[in-house]
Amino acid sequence: MAKAKRLCAALLLAGTLAGCATSGGNPADPLEPLNRVVFSFNDAADRAVIKPVARAYRAVLPGIVRTGVSNFFSNLEDIWISVNDVLQGKFQEGVDDFGRVLFNSTFGIAGIFDFASDLGFQKHNEDFGQTLGSWGVGSGAYLVLPILGPSTIRDGFGLLLDTQADLVFQIDGVPVHNSLYGTRAIGNRANLLDASSVIEQAALDKYAFVRDAWLQRRRNLVHDGDPPREREEPDDEPTK
Amino acid sequence: MSPPSDQNPIAMKISSCLLFALLIPVAQAQQPAPDVLVKSISEEVVAILKKDKDIQAGDTKKVADLIETKVVPHFDFIRMTRIAMARNWRLASPEQQKVLADEFKTLLVRTYSTAISNYRDQQIDYKPLRAKPEDTEVTVRSEVKPSGSSQPVSIDYEMEKTPDGWKVYDVKVGGVSLVTTYRDTFAGEVREHGVDGLIKSLAAKNRQPERSKAGKT
Repeated sequence: MAKAKRLCAALLLAGTLAGCATSGGNPADPLEPLNRVVFSFNDAADRAVIKPVARAYRAVLPGIVRTGVSNFFSNLEDIWISVNDVLQGKFQEGVDDFGRVLFNSTFGIAGIFDFASDLGFQKHNEDFGQTLGSWGVGSGAYLVLPILGPSTIRDGFGLLLDTQADLVFQIDGVPVHNSLYGTRAIGNRANLLDASSVIEQAALDKYAFVRDAWLQRRRNLVHDGDPPREREEPDDEPTK
Repeated sequence: MSPPSDQNPIAMKISSCLLFALLIPVAQAQQPAPDVLVKSISEEVVAILKKDKDIQAGDTKKVADLIETKVVPHFDFIRMTRIAMARNWRLASPEQQKVLADEFKTLLVRTYSTAISNYRDQQIDYKPLRAKPEDTEVTVRSEVKPSGSSQPVSIDYEMEKTPDGWKVYDVKVGGVSLVTTYRDTFAGEVREHGVDGLIKSLAAKNRQPERSKAGKT
């Protein structure tokens, strides 16, 4: 993991330095050539290993068990989510999310059941990258991280902190630690099987499609679902 | 002769009232409010999805037909294509524009079919419409609650008022626009291979066999 982190840090640095490199399409993606290489590596790894394992996971385990597993990890996440709520000045959400943790950890048997949602305490989606965004930090260049996938300079830094705050990361025993990591990753991937089949169908250029969708998604999350409206039809001047 | 002519004004009033009473529902039936329209179409489609055994067994052709008849008439594909093309729309001749819109429509319908055949029993909530009666562009917001704990996913429909009723010109899933997500791809394609190149690659994509359901493979 330390190695992976060093790699991330190196890539982030490379990203910052290479910010002026020129390339094709999106101005938010000056590192496109590098990103495309990492993207196709990730895609190959996904096809060869991650997706087949996730499919097997989904085929073997009944839905209720899978939901239990993702609830368990989701409950651990809620702690850091509530911290990020507070850092963004959203105190009510912070209290709600912390309440979710207390409630689900006890009545929900270590988070396996998400009774808090049933009671109307909706889960929020926060991380440190979004917190930085809400403080006005721009997203910086788009960045595809090895295995971890789409990110940006800002969200990559956010991720470093998210990883430190991750309870699973703090577990000492290496075998336990790694198997929890693996289970979480596979569970997350299994939850995305349907979504990824839609992307395969939708995209002409999968790299550009994922990038543009991901950047919009992050923008939406930073603004909690209500980003300022962008102009839909820019000038009719053709680009040359 | 005189009694009928005396009654005429009253009779006319009554008949015009009746006519009015008849006309109002007709006018409303032609142009239902945007949120009502989205809700009724979704509910109709979901009801069919739940009932149809072929669709549940993975018959994507049938899903596509369903979408073609129930959903497509309420979308403005010309506008969607124009948004996705952005500045390059003007580079395309009227014929090219038409072909582009047709190919883009096929692609979107197939994508939507793939997405919708993954539908299980998720609950869909519709948010109250925040719009003034005179608005000609509105956003209809809904949320899909997946089973289990995961967060609801927002699905927003951007709609415009046209003489043929309200039409959808963009769908945003979790804030991601189905239309603008194509902008860079389209722009890149036009930059490198021209408008015809884009048409070719859309057509090639649409000729690929439908991807099988993720759940089956």
